[in-house]
Amino acid sequence: MDLKDLYRDVILDHNKRPRNFGKLEPSDAFADGHNPLCGDRLTVFLRMQGDRVEDIRFDGKGCAISTASASLMTEAIKGRNKVDIGTLFHNIHSLLTQQNAVADPSLGKLAALSGVREYPARVKCASLCWHTLNAALERAAHTEAPATVSTE
Amino acid sequence: MAATASQVVHSPVLDVERVRRDFPILDRTVNGRPLVYLDSGASSQRPVAVLRAVEEYETHSHANIHRGVHALSQAATEAFEGARERVRRFINAHSTKEIIFVRGTTEAINLVAQSFARPRFKPGDEIIVTALEHHANIVPWQMVCEQTGCTLKVAPINKRGELLFDEYLKLLSPRTRLVAVAHVSNALGSILPVKRIVDAAHAQGAVVLVDGAQAVPHSHVDVRALGCDFYAFSGHKLYGPTGIGVLYGREELLESMPPWQGGGDMILTVSFEKTTYSGLPAKFEAGTPNISGAVGLAAAMDYVESLGLDAIAAHEQRIVELATAELEKIPGVQIIGTAANKASIVSFIMDGVHPHDLGTILDHEGVAVRTGHHCAMPLMTFLGLPATARASFAVYNTEKDVAILAAALGKAREVFG
Repeated sequence: MDLKDLYRDVILDHNKRPRNFGKLEPSDAFADGHNPLCGDRLTVFLRMQGDRVEDIRFDGKGCAISTASASLMTEAIKGRNKVDIGTLFHNIHSLLTQQNAVADPSLGKLAALSGVREYPARVKCASLCWHTLNAALERAAHTEAPATVSTE
Repeated sequence: MAATASQVVHSPVLDVERVRRDFPILDRTVNGRPLVYLDSGASSQRPVAVLRAVEEYETHSHANIHRGVHALSQAATEAFEGARERVRRFINAHSTKEIIFVRGTTEAINLVAQSFARPRFKPGDEIIVTALEHHANIVPWQMVCEQTGCTLKVAPINKRGELLFDEYLKLLSPRTRLVAVAHVSNALGSILPVKRIVDAAHAQGAVVLVDGAQAVPHSHVDVRALGCDFYAFSGHKLYGPTGIGVLYGREELLESMPPWQGGGDMILTVSFEKTTYSGLPAKFEAGTPNISGAVGLAAAMDYVESLGLDAIAAHEQRIVELATAELEKIPGVQIIGTAANKASIVSFIMDGVHPHDLGTILDHEGVAVRTGHHCAMPLMTFLGLPATARASFAVYNTEKDVAILAAALGKAREVFG
C-alpha cells in the first residue's frame, strides 16, 4: 500500500485550498458534525431552493482526509437535488467501506477518496461531512431535527 | 522522583538490547517495517516474564479465590494475596489492607468518588483538580458535584504545561474537601509537584487523590513519602495485563468508607434483614476479581524492579531529551509541553499536517504514536489545539527508535509539502 493511494494530489490540494470553505450567510440550515475520537469538528451550511441545494459551505478543523472530503463534497452536491444527493451518499459510502468497490462514474473527483478504505481508522474522517450534510438537509426540512451528529 | 543519591549511584545501567529481547512483540513488523512502538503511555507491551506468569497461573493454579478448601482454590488465593503483598511493597504502603484491586485507574478514581466523596460532600464543599487532568480524573468528580451539589475548581497551568502553584494555593480553603491531581500528565509528560500539593492540601484539611497511571512505570512511587491519601494506577501501563489496577488508600479512610459495589466476597454474613460487610480490602472487591491479572501485575513489578526503576528512569530521560532535540530540528515541528520536569512523553504538532495524518504516515513507517486529544479535552482547549501527536517512551525504546521517528516525520513533510 503506497501512501500516495491515500494522499492523492486531489486530496492534498483540497486540504490545502478547501473549496466552499467558511460560513454561508444567510443560510437555510446548518448542522455540526463531531468525531469525538479525534476531536474533528465541522459545520455544513445550506441554502436551499425547494429540493435543490442552491449553495453550500463548510467550516471547521480536521485532518486532510476530513477537510478534503468535505471540500470535494461541497463541489459535488452544489446544484443537486435530494434524490441525486441520496445516490451520491450511497455511492460514496460503498466506495469508503467495500473492498474492491469500483467508483461509480457519478462520483467524479470524489473517487480520489477510494484509498481511505485501506485505513479503517480513517473512514470516519471521510464520512463525517456526509453525515453532517444529511443532518443539515433534515434541519432544512424540519427545524426540530437534531443539529449535531457524532461519529460515535 | 523520590530516588536518593545512593540509589542513583548503585543503579545498574540498562542494557536496552537485552531488555528488548524480553518483549517478543517488538520482533514483529508493521506495514513491512520493524515495529517502533511509541505508544506505551496508552498501553505498554508485556515482557515474557509477565506472559509466562499469567500462563503458569492459568495452566496450573486457577480456581476461584477465598472460596474452597480444595488445593487449587488455596493456590489461587495465595497467588492473588501474594500479588497484593507485592503491590504493597512496590509502592511502600503500610498494609495490604490499603491495596484494593480494581480494573484500572479509572475504576479506582470512581471508587473514591462514589464511596468517599459522594456520601460526605455537601453544597459549598469544593473539589480541586488541575487543568491538565485526564478525563478519568475530571468526569468522576463532575458526577459527584451533580450528586451532592459540591463545586469543582480547576487549578490553572501555564503554556509549558506546568501547574501554577501559587494559583493552586489560592484555590485552597477550608471549603476544599478533596484535591485530585495527576502525578504525571498523560498528554504532556509534565511531572507535578505532588508532595507540595499534598502538604498544602493537608494544611487545609483536604484529602488528596493522585492519579499515578503515568508515573508508576517511570519512577519510584512511595505513597508514604508522598503522604497522599489515595493513589491510583493501572497494570497495563506498567508492563502488566489490562483489566487490573490498584487503588491505594490510607487504611483509616478506607475503613470509614461504605462499600461501593455489593456482592460475593465483600460480605461477612447475609440475611434478608441485615448484611454485614467484610473488612479491608475485601469490602471493596465484590465478585470474582481479575486473578490472573493480579498475578501478571506482580510479575511486572518483579520485572521492573529487576531492571531498577532508577535505571529505567535514567534511560527514558535520555531518550526523551534526544527525541525533544531531534524533533525540534524538523522544520515546522513544535513540541507541546515543555515543563522543566517531564517524564517519558513528547507531544508535538507539525505545521500544515494534522496529527491524524501524521499518525497514519508514521504508522506506514512502522511507528506507533497516539494522536488526538489524549482524553484531555479541557487541556487541548486551553492550549488552543484540537489534537497533538504523542510519542511516549518506555524501557525498551532506543536511540534508533527516535531516529526512525524523526525520519518518518521527514516523510510526512515530504507528502504534505
